[in-house]
Amino acid sequence: MQFHALDRYQTGSSVLHRLDPRVKVLGALLTILSTALLPDGAWWAFIVTGLVLLAASRAAGFGWLYGAKRSFVVLPFLLAATTVMFTLPGRPLLGIQLGSWQLIVSDAGLVRFVSILIRGLLAVQAAILLVALTRLPDLLHALRHLRLPAVFVAIISFMVRYLTVLGDEVKRLLRAREARSAALEGRRAGGSLLWRAQVAGHMVGQLFLRSYERSDRIYQAMLARGYRGEWPTSNPHHMARRDWLALAVVVVALLLVQMIGRF
Amino acid sequence: MTLLSISPMHIPDGFLSVTISALFWGLTAVALAIAVRKSQAEFDERLAPLAGIMAAFIFAAQMINFPVAGGTSGHLLGGALAAIMLGPWVGMLVMACVIGVQGLLFQDGGLLVMGANIFNMGIVTVLVGYGLYRTTGGRSRTFKLAAAGVAAWLSVMAAALFTALQLWLSGTAAAGLVVPVMLGVHALIGLGEALITVAALAFVFRVRPDLLNAGEERNGRGWIVAGVLLSLAVVLLAPYASASPDGLERVAQDMGFISTAVAAPYELLPDYTIPFVGSENLSTLLAGALGVLVVAATAVYLVRLIRRPARRS
Repeated sequence: MQFHALDRYQTGSSVLHRLDPRVKVLGALLTILSTALLPDGAWWAFIVTGLVLLAASRAAGFGWLYGAKRSFVVLPFLLAATTVMFTLPGRPLLGIQLGSWQLIVSDAGLVRFVSILIRGLLAVQAAILLVALTRLPDLLHALRHLRLPAVFVAIISFMVRYLTVLGDEVKRLLRAREARSAALEGRRAGGSLLWRAQVAGHMVGQLFLRSYERSDRIYQAMLARGYRGEWPTSNPHHMARRDWLALAVVVVALLLVQMIGRF
Repeated sequence: MTLLSISPMHIPDGFLSVTISALFWGLTAVALAIAVRKSQAEFDERLAPLAGIMAAFIFAAQMINFPVAGGTSGHLLGGALAAIMLGPWVGMLVMACVIGVQGLLFQDGGLLVMGANIFNMGIVTVLVGYGLYRTTGGRSRTFKLAAAGVAAWLSVMAAALFTALQLWLSGTAAAGLVVPVMLGVHALIGLGEALITVAALAFVFRVRPDLLNAGEERNGRGWIVAGVLLSLAVVLLAPYASASPDGLERVAQDMGFISTAVAAPYELLPDYTIPFVGSENLSTLLAGALGVLVVAATAVYLVRLIRRPARRS
């Protein structure tokens, strides 16, 4: 497995790419916070936030819809929110007869539902832009600067690095299972559900042992190479005037969005 | 290759209120801070490679699926398994990093709500899974495996219950629907979790029993108490919440989670029916901050309380 399969970083040399990673992290987090703080039905504020995110996607050289297209990952979760349409008291808009159940969509419920959907879509776009604009080592380095404890940065660095290795291990295990599971066309093959689960469980156990033993070998090897708990990055991190300016622009824009959303 | 399947448990941003997000970030931060201290004391500088590769293991193990029926497949969440194999503190760190990377890199779960996600899938599952498993100290292997299965199933149910309650308290879903639906779906997902956990443990028991028995000598009474209490709470609360959500709402109102003044019982943040004024905003933030402090203090106190008898024995 290639590391690129995991890293969502998109190469580019736009202004946004060159910003200090801390600004990008803070910008994304503040955008998500601002979106979550917006009251239900703050349509104009939602629209402005959405336009800013689209513009940021364009400015980064990804095209207008890069983030928007990938934001639909939240849609399955929307199922959990459908219930507010019926339970929030308000002016009834629409009645649905489901057997003996009478479901009534209220105006307040519909507003809440659509607002939740929009908040979800906007927040995910901010997060997607962040990882598309920032190399992973830079991202972790920035989180370290923003006071995430060093041990988490170290664990995540190891995790992401070895994810590809263990991902390959899993692929080999799965391929081996495929190879063992020959089946005749149209005939039922394989054992009971219990048996299938047992096979999967043994694969997990196997993977655990290989990973556990590997972690020990890696630790010894890294010690021998002078590992001291952090991964270096070749990009220097210092906040230039441009970075402060960008951060200020983000904060002011979000304050404006909050004002639009509330008045 | 599909790396991830959307789990109904990774809450995205926008689905929880800011108050609930902050509250659970606070709880998670306290638990993880303790977990870091405890695991560093035990593993020292070996911690990062071990926990990092074990986090990659859990992430990769979630890719191992098995066909169930009708094109659906079961796969692992891994909280209980991580806790049983690695001990509770490292288990929490590993799960936190797995959920963190899934949220940060793959948008599988939000950033602002990551505290809640880590709490549900990384702390609740570890507490229930490890606590119940440790009740079997000194028993036969079959007994242990059976307990691990029950623990794995219940850990998924507990996480689902917490997720549902958070959604409800945020005004995103009605308790009367989201609690039974989440529990119903996860009763099945939990079965897959239990089967894989038991089979994986059985395999390790056969091949490297030394790895699993390493934790036996350590004091575990606090974990047993916490795990059993939490499991009992889930077992008692789940049917109650499903059968009579009105009762749940009344309790929440009595405890002050939900303001009675508003007709809709789902208001934590003022919504469009109330004109937003500065004082409202401030009071919400203050209430959130106060909640975090109270909970943090309670957590620290509880940990102290639990550790004391364990040390004496």
